[in-house]
Amino acid sequence: MDFRDSPEEAAFRDRLRAWLTEHADAFPTAGDAYWARQGEWHRALHAAGFFGLSWPAQYGGHDLPPVYDVILDEELARAGAPARPSLGYLVQGLGRHGGEELRSRFLPGMIDGTERWCQGFSEPGAGSDLASLTTTATRDGDTYVVHGHKIWTSYSDVADWCLLLARTDPAAPRHKGISAFIVAMAQPGVEQKPLKMMSGVSREFGQVFLDGATVPADQMVGAPGEGWALAMTVVGHEREPSTLGFTARYGKLVRELVDHTPGDTLPPEVAWAVVETEMLRLHVRRRLSEQLDGVSHGPEGSLDKLLMTWTEQTVGHAALAVGGAGDPDLLHAYLYSRAQSVMGGTSQIQKNIIAARILGLGA
Amino acid sequence: MDVRLTAEQRQLRDAAAGLADDLGPGSVLDLDDAERTGRLEKAVGATGWRALRSDGASGVEVALVVEEFGRRLVDVPLLGPVLADDLAPGISSATVAVDGRARDTRGMRRALSVEGDRVMSAEIGPLVPGTDLTRHAAELRGTPEQIGTLSDEAAVRWRALAVVATSADLLGTARGAHTLARDYARIREQYGRTIGSYQAVAHLLAEALALVEGSVSVLRHAAWAVDELPPAEALRAARIAKLYCARAARTVCETAVQVHGGTGNTWECLAHVHLRRALTSTDLFPVRLEEIDRGLS
Ligand SMILES: Cc1cc2nc3c(=O)[nH]c(=O)nc-3n(C[C@H](O)[C@H](O)[C@H](O)COP(=O)(O)OP(=O)(O)OC[C@H]3O[C@@H](n4cnc5c(N)ncnc54)[C@H](O)[C@@H]3O)c2cc1C
Repeated sequence: MDFRDSPEEAAFRDRLRAWLTEHADAFPTAGDAYWARQGEWHRALHAAGFFGLSWPAQYGGHDLPPVYDVILDEELARAGAPARPSLGYLVQGLGRHGGEELRSRFLPGMIDGTERWCQGFSEPGAGSDLASLTTTATRDGDTYVVHGHKIWTSYSDVADWCLLLARTDPAAPRHKGISAFIVAMAQPGVEQKPLKMMSGVSREFGQVFLDGATVPADQMVGAPGEGWALAMTVVGHEREPSTLGFTARYGKLVRELVDHTPGDTLPPEVAWAVVETEMLRLHVRRRLSEQLDGVSHGPEGSLDKLLMTWTEQTVGHAALAVGGAGDPDLLHAYLYSRAQSVMGGTSQIQKNIIAARILGLGA
Repeated sequence: MDVRLTAEQRQLRDAAAGLADDLGPGSVLDLDDAERTGRLEKAVGATGWRALRSDGASGVEVALVVEEFGRRLVDVPLLGPVLADDLAPGISSATVAVDGRARDTRGMRRALSVEGDRVMSAEIGPLVPGTDLTRHAAELRGTPEQIGTLSDEAAVRWRALAVVATSADLLGTARGAHTLARDYARIREQYGRTIGSYQAVAHLLAEALALVEGSVSVLRHAAWAVDELPPAEALRAARIAKLYCARAARTVCETAVQVHGGTGNTWECLAHVHLRRALTSTDLFPVRLEEIDRGLS
């Protein structure tokens, strides 16, 4: 065991730090301003060689060991830069379930940020109970025709592509009749409407109305009926702070809160935020190190999701303690923290999974 | 000892609840409905509740009306004018100013504040955008002028009333958020059952109700103390109530957001309107934990 950087890791960290001294301040880190330039930030980070670190080089990644993502997140936090774009779960979903043709067509643009993506899983009636989704895709020659309504779709306003779940076999049992598709957002059958978050941010997520949208049959990801398996891969990764890179955001905010506080002693809320954030940083180091053994993703992701949620919400409460209701940025950080116990599967659902699948307490 | 409400107090509460149920905003869209706020303003004006104190109402009665208005997110002034009326009995169209900013200002013309032993009044200037979607804050125009004096005792008692009134608003908005979430849990279905039938959701709502009940008890004492205990003791009781109600309201409103899932995180859901109101009332006449001293019973 060694918590220190290897010489290669240290050299990488130095290069990254040097790049960040020049570029960290150039991009907004929160709110609509962040979303407006998120694509630019993505492309800049990738062009400099600091994004997609552990992904295959053939698709624009760097084939580095997973722990490099920790270094990236730590340095982003330290420099006060925006967090890395969180789309690792889509890379994993497409990488694991898509054939080589789809992978080589779509992964490079996804990874280098020249093509933007959204995830069309949830529907008004199918949130926690995702398998009850009712969007349909019906085969018509070489294409599928899609009808349905997706909601809370992050980045839908800028997305070129949507990784969409739709029912292809209404007669099959509910988990078996779902398939996944890569649907072009820019077409007549797709309408996208932004949703305003309770923080007032209006560019984070939206609704997607599909009314006769078409998708070539060869843009089905995996086999017919493989949609549920793909969804489980995606949400599994969506629950991991190591995939999302949110620790950079927490680390940055906690630094700001500490700087905000005069004197030597921190208010208890801020001190707790420091402790929780440090726990999560070290938890990610441990989890990513375990991946060196090829430990695969299972229900443990739900534990990670809870830890991440508690950390973010502790940081949110610290922001509130420092800024009260009157500081717009800190209030925004607090309000945004409330979404963490909902997105990617609610905390209640994570606890159900932990109880049933790890503890063996299922009904 | 008998800490129940009197029959008259229950009647007052029911009247305030009825008005708030009829005319408070029932949705986020309603917040922009000028016709509704016009009717609400007229109804509230007609009750005379903005002059509760100069009409001889106790702290308990003020707390009851403020609570009901908080519960249904009433978006015309009450709390501010009640506190102004306590400082300058009979004054009209006046609210309060705190930290150089007028609060609860919709339709009000002047804002009163306390500086040492002096009661100051200033004209209300332009609105400042704020967190609270139901009560506005505004700048002050010109230099405040003195309109009266207060004894030390009266100033402390007024402070106790202000802390109690904001605590009552916290209790009310928490109660309203709780009802909103409970109603949603009864109708929203996932996996073929209402989400309220899942213990995880039911327990969140059960805990939230316990926090509301704790708030009622601690607040009732503080509201009574405003008129019945020496000012320093009244202020101490008010501080305890405020800290408890503020913590409880935040938790209850967060629960309301959580129970609503993705919808709860959108602007269109009333849960955040409750949360925003709670955060604003927490910051208005705030109490810090450090102010709780060892001299408690
Ligand atoms: C900021 C944000 C971004 C999002 N981004 C995306 C995205 O990009 N793509 C996408 O597809 N979706 C996205 N979502 C949607 C998210 O996945 C859903 O909101 C979430 O799964 C919950 O579903 P729901 O909103 O329908 O709530 P519901 O499922 O209706 O849940 C309501 C409440 O009931 C509880 N509950 C439900 N079932 C149970 C049960 N069996 N046991 C115990 N409690 C239960 C929940 O925990 C919750 O508290 C996003 C959501 C947010 C807030």
